[in-house]
Amino acid sequence: MTTATAPGRTSTSSGGPTPPQPARRGRMKSPYPTWFFIPAGVFYVVLFLVPTVASFYFSLTRWTLFDVEFIGFDNFVRFFQEPQLVTGFVNTFIYAFVTSGSKVVLGLLLGVFLSSQIVARGFLRATIFFPVLVSTIGVGILFEVLMDPFGGPINEALAAIGIEGPAWLTDPSLALLSVALVDVWKGVGLATLIYIAGMVAIPQEYFEAAKVDGASAWKNFRHITLPLLRPATVTVVLLSLIGGLRSFDLIWAMTGGGPGFTSDVLASVIYKQYQAGFFGLSTAGNVVLFVVVAAIIFPLSWWLNRKGDDQ
Amino acid sequence: MRGLGWKWGGGILAIVIALVVFVVPFVFIVFTAGKTQAEAAALEFSWPTEWVFFENIATVLQTRDFLLVRAFLNSAILTTVAVAVMVVLGAMVGYVLQRRRSRWNPLVNTLVLAGLIIPPAVVPTIWVLQGLGLFKTLVGLIAVHVAFGLSFCILLFRAFVATIPRELDEAAIIDGAGPVKLFFRVVFPLLRSVIVTVIVVQAVFVFNDFTYALYFLPGDENATVQLTTFNYISQSVSSFNLLFADVLLITIPPLIMYIFFQRQIVAGMTSGAVKG
Amino acid sequence: MVPRTPRRSIVAIGAGGLALALTLAGCSAGGSDSGEGGATSLTFLVDNGEATVATAQALVDAFEAENSDISIEVDTRPQGADGDNVVKTRLATGEMADLFQYNSGSLMQALNPDQTLVNLQDEAYVGKFDENFVKSVSTDNGVYGVPMGQSMAGAVIYNKDIYAELGLEVPTTWDEFIANSEAIKAAGTAAPIVQTYGDTWTSQLFVLGDFNNVLAEEPDWAEKYTNNEAKYVDEPAIAGFEHLQQAFEADLYNEDFASATYADGVSMVATGEGAQYPILTFAASQLMTTNPEAADVVGTFPIPGGDAASNGLTVWMPTNTVYVPKSTEGDKLEAAKKFLEFLTTPESCDIQAESNAPQGPFVIEGCELPDDVPAMVSDMQPYFDEGRTNLALEFLSPIKGPALEQITVAVGSGITSAADGAAQYDEDVKKQAQQLGLEGW
Repeated sequence: MTTATAPGRTSTSSGGPTPPQPARRGRMKSPYPTWFFIPAGVFYVVLFLVPTVASFYFSLTRWTLFDVEFIGFDNFVRFFQEPQLVTGFVNTFIYAFVTSGSKVVLGLLLGVFLSSQIVARGFLRATIFFPVLVSTIGVGILFEVLMDPFGGPINEALAAIGIEGPAWLTDPSLALLSVALVDVWKGVGLATLIYIAGMVAIPQEYFEAAKVDGASAWKNFRHITLPLLRPATVTVVLLSLIGGLRSFDLIWAMTGGGPGFTSDVLASVIYKQYQAGFFGLSTAGNVVLFVVVAAIIFPLSWWLNRKGDDQ
Repeated sequence: MRGLGWKWGGGILAIVIALVVFVVPFVFIVFTAGKTQAEAAALEFSWPTEWVFFENIATVLQTRDFLLVRAFLNSAILTTVAVAVMVVLGAMVGYVLQRRRSRWNPLVNTLVLAGLIIPPAVVPTIWVLQGLGLFKTLVGLIAVHVAFGLSFCILLFRAFVATIPRELDEAAIIDGAGPVKLFFRVVFPLLRSVIVTVIVVQAVFVFNDFTYALYFLPGDENATVQLTTFNYISQSVSSFNLLFADVLLITIPPLIMYIFFQRQIVAGMTSGAVKG
Repeated sequence: MVPRTPRRSIVAIGAGGLALALTLAGCSAGGSDSGEGGATSLTFLVDNGEATVATAQALVDAFEAENSDISIEVDTRPQGADGDNVVKTRLATGEMADLFQYNSGSLMQALNPDQTLVNLQDEAYVGKFDENFVKSVSTDNGVYGVPMGQSMAGAVIYNKDIYAELGLEVPTTWDEFIANSEAIKAAGTAAPIVQTYGDTWTSQLFVLGDFNNVLAEEPDWAEKYTNNEAKYVDEPAIAGFEHLQQAFEADLYNEDFASATYADGVSMVATGEGAQYPILTFAASQLMTTNPEAADVVGTFPIPGGDAASNGLTVWMPTNTVYVPKSTEGDKLEAAKKFLEFLTTPESCDIQAESNAPQGPFVIEGCELPDDVPAMVSDMQPYFDEGRTNLALEFLSPIKGPALEQITVAVGSGITSAADGAAQYDEDVKKQAQQLGLEGW
């Protein structure tokens, strides 16, 4: 699967295995000029770094059409006091952990399954992966209709087998999870493919050796597959957590944060505050999101990768 | 071996499930897009009694003075330019980053990682774009996509450059090639396979993007297709046939990409990822 | 049956969004083409709603027929928050069209009219305007807009056949309203009260449309509210939230209230699937499009309050109002003023009534509704004639919290109690007031 570009995990880390560059020619005339960084750097610094740094200042202001007034931490206080904003904060975690957990479990199962000898493997892989490429808005619109509580195809189908379907998107206790379900539907293909790529990278000798020992399929899975798929798991966890914490478009397309505020997440709160003209508050939300993402992802990735190296 | 039972039994069961879970929703789009308005309003998964598929497509394209056609043009320009810029600039950085050990490298690596993880600060970005006079312009949105997408490109390029033997560089240097010529004439062509991957993955991403367009190119006068579709919802209340014709139209470009570049897409999305 | 359509409403009654000071408008028509020779050419920016465009074009055509030396080109912009952005941007950068249509009331106040718009105070036709309308397009320093369209009410539209069948009377107090609703529920054929949270903005009507009753109890409530002295958690304003909660708890809403849309709601009342629907009376135009046969079946009554004596309509001034930006000068200004004057003539009113179903009485003296208006519009006329109307809050105070529609959905769906919802809204209002830089917050 990954043959086109993936040079395996062995030879990738930048400059690691390559010998230090001999200082044969003068420092000035390196064939690898650092100014190659500059054009990309301009885009990055101007449109990513500057706004990110500026956001720390603007989050402390009341920012209107015409002027900026410094108000200290009021925006953050408001953020953690107003029930509707707190809902968004809590929901972000629920959404991220539910989608990420489901993608790991389902992706792993599907990845292992689709690496085994079954018919129509290629078709199945292609089918599961395709939703990854479809526009989120398209998927949102589609499922909003499919999940319609009155006469929507999903509930009609459930009714046909005698189950009364819930009010997916309009039941306050269910709306967020329904959107998460669609998110998993759309994203599980990527997780699956990452696991398949991981499976391909497991040397066959392990399984052959296990076969000689007469190990059961379960033992194979438990003691060979699972540990060796660790890098893939790390990737799936990190990718889907980052995506889940920042998630906006699917929620916005399907519920707009409703009913009421029950399916709001940080990113939708940020957008609503922006739309209402509360630029300072919106930016404070951005800083909160920034901190949340950084506080979860950096330690987690460090911890996961370190444990990986230990083995 | 319990092979055969598993191979056929498991396979067929999986096919059935995949059909229901993943294929039926897309077929639903096609069916609904082919129905008359009244029939589509019933929201049923059924074969249209009367196919008006092409009429619906034509109606959608003509709505509001060919708005969707203009949106497709916008999206095409956006995707092409943004991806082209990302590829060239990303390759330059990835190449030098891998080849040369400079004191900048740790910083650059950190920034690349940050670019992948940190959510962009939206309103301040608008503030910067305004200062540059680029807010609400296609150029501005292109620049934003480049800025936010570079990190991913750099990672892929850096990894791939590591597989190109240094001897090639040195041969070229001995032949008297300068840094620019070395990169663009010798190295860049060798990156072809990873370039295809980056192009395809980023093209799908940029084309499908909704969030950045919503923030940085609002208004439906010169919107991208994703935005138009979203705006379309509020205007054609209960014209599900037209809505789904529209959804179908915006699904086609990624589908075509997928059919032709399946291998590269899969490779790009998984390889960059597995290496983290 | 129909799933909700996200966000953006047809009229931005709730959008209330302030926009960023944008430097560049994404719109066509720079408004810079200068008049060639003797003819003056103007640009006229309107929102892209079908009805607005049709009305504007019909008016322009009639005007051009009378004034061959002036030509006007109609341009469009998006509706809702996006449209707010476009208007504010183009005003701020001096790139506004020569004439433009926009909301009156607090949205207009947000344009900084004293700095950006041409003052029309001294024009003779201002004297013909309804007093309430003048209030909605004025600051302390001037009058800025000319109406294009009619006033409307936030009221209950109801199915007269159901009322007749069950022998019900139009309610004048909230208790009567609930009694009627219970009777309809007992009859079992129709949903007593229609709610349509698929379009969230429709959820605000019980609160916004109750304002006549608030003012009846406390005539200076709006002023106190602007000065941070009156709150929604207190009587009388909390009544609107309580009504939402009470009706939900009594199970009076249609089964699919959480996902139904505005269009569904109007159809339900027209077909008798639903009996009563609190909504803005611009629904007349939706009714005439989808269910013209029900023109005489659907009537209107005010959202009732505690006291039958003060029963009256909460009125919205024409949301379509035409303004001239300060960037229009010289010949163009003269021509633009001519067009404004034309808008105030009975001829113009007739064109407006013809090109789009009227939603309520005109606000210009001498303009009459045609005889064949739908019942829901003619039902409103007596209240206007008897002076039993009050302006909606958004015309009396610049503060409207942006989250009201989500809060009312939450209260109406039983997620939040009336008291909590009102308290949340007070916080939301506070945010907005602080953002606007009002004193005393």
